[in-house]
Amino acid sequence: MVTENEIWFYLEEVSDPEIPVLTVVDLGVVRAVEITDTDCHVTITPTYSGCPAMKMIEEQIIEKLTEKGIENVKVSLVLSPAWTTDWLTESGKNKLREYGIAPPEHEVDKSVLFSEPTVVPCPQCKSRNTKMISQFGSTACKAHYQCNECLEPFDYFKCLK
Amino acid sequence: MSALFEYIIRLGDDSLILGHRMSEWCGHGPILEEDIAMTNIALDLVGQATSLLNYAGEVEGKGRDGDKLAFLRYDREYKNTLLVEQPNGDFGTTIMRQFLFDAYRKPLFEKLQNSADKQLSAIAEKSLKETKYHLKHSAEWVIRLGDGTDESHQRIQESLNTLWRYSSDLFYTDDVDTELLSQGIIADITEIRAEWEVTVKNVFEEATLQIPTNNWKQEGGRKGMHSENMGFILAELQYMQRAYPNMEW
Repeated sequence: MVTENEIWFYLEEVSDPEIPVLTVVDLGVVRAVEITDTDCHVTITPTYSGCPAMKMIEEQIIEKLTEKGIENVKVSLVLSPAWTTDWLTESGKNKLREYGIAPPEHEVDKSVLFSEPTVVPCPQCKSRNTKMISQFGSTACKAHYQCNECLEPFDYFKCLK
Repeated sequence: MSALFEYIIRLGDDSLILGHRMSEWCGHGPILEEDIAMTNIALDLVGQATSLLNYAGEVEGKGRDGDKLAFLRYDREYKNTLLVEQPNGDFGTTIMRQFLFDAYRKPLFEKLQNSADKQLSAIAEKSLKETKYHLKHSAEWVIRLGDGTDESHQRIQESLNTLWRYSSDLFYTDDVDTELLSQGIIADITEIRAEWEVTVKNVFEEATLQIPTNNWKQEGGRKGMHSENMGFILAELQYMQRAYPNMEW
């Protein structure tokens, strides 16, 4: 009989379709794993309401666990408590940085209006002299930055609290 | 028809129709970054619409899911506020429409987080995080265009003059709201309106824009009384399901 720990271990093999360097566990979108007499139930949560990867993540989880010989895999979606970037694991943040995406920074100024953009260190040269190009990047979870020192543009996995 | 169903439909249709409007910008943004920003916002809104309309279908209990509600109703059955169905116009008009809406949505979702209805509170909690980014984006552009060149100032002032007449429809209430308010499911709209007024006033001051003195207002969205734009939106939005009934992606 498979244990819940083993399921979590298998889920480490399922990567996020948009940021393949992260597993769904790193990303913190897997909320719960529950094994009953008949089923294996995995609960996931979206990063953003319209995240187009959720359906694919669901299918990949079913595919992976089925491949591991687990039967009756069910995946369900919950919205609460809402996902924040705090759910990203430390190892996930390191992987992001190595991949060239700046991980979310602690945001000092929580005010929505009239606040300065967050200082995000460049994932390439580590300089803190960077500028925000756009609040919205290649996916809903990322903003677009550029380094003023090495001039490389980079993605910033923006802080969601 | 239950008050809860009606209320969720109103919220969901706001997201759906504005999300559709924003998606019309895809490939037409004034600069690449804005093209991406507007389609990101569209994606968030359509995502919120999916959560809301799916839940409305559950509440109704007649086997309609989010897709059926989004694609297979007639115009009078859509309950979005009039502001969101207004045409995109130029970039400034789109930004002004978005700003007036975001400034309302943020306090609305903040209050709905405390709803006695658990699913509605979960959707609000999720959507609020996205809405804060939208508001920051739209408010910053209102300021940049209002306090920009003579031409950008004049054009966004005209957008404000045109859209202002739809602003009171955001705060329209009827017996649906009264019932849900008494059950602790929604918050008092006057609190939301007060916060909206402060945000709008502060941003317009910074943007050197004048709030129109002409206070003639148009209402009716919540009752399904739409402007002439609605039919055109639905013709495009529903095309696939009408042409190929029950098709799945």
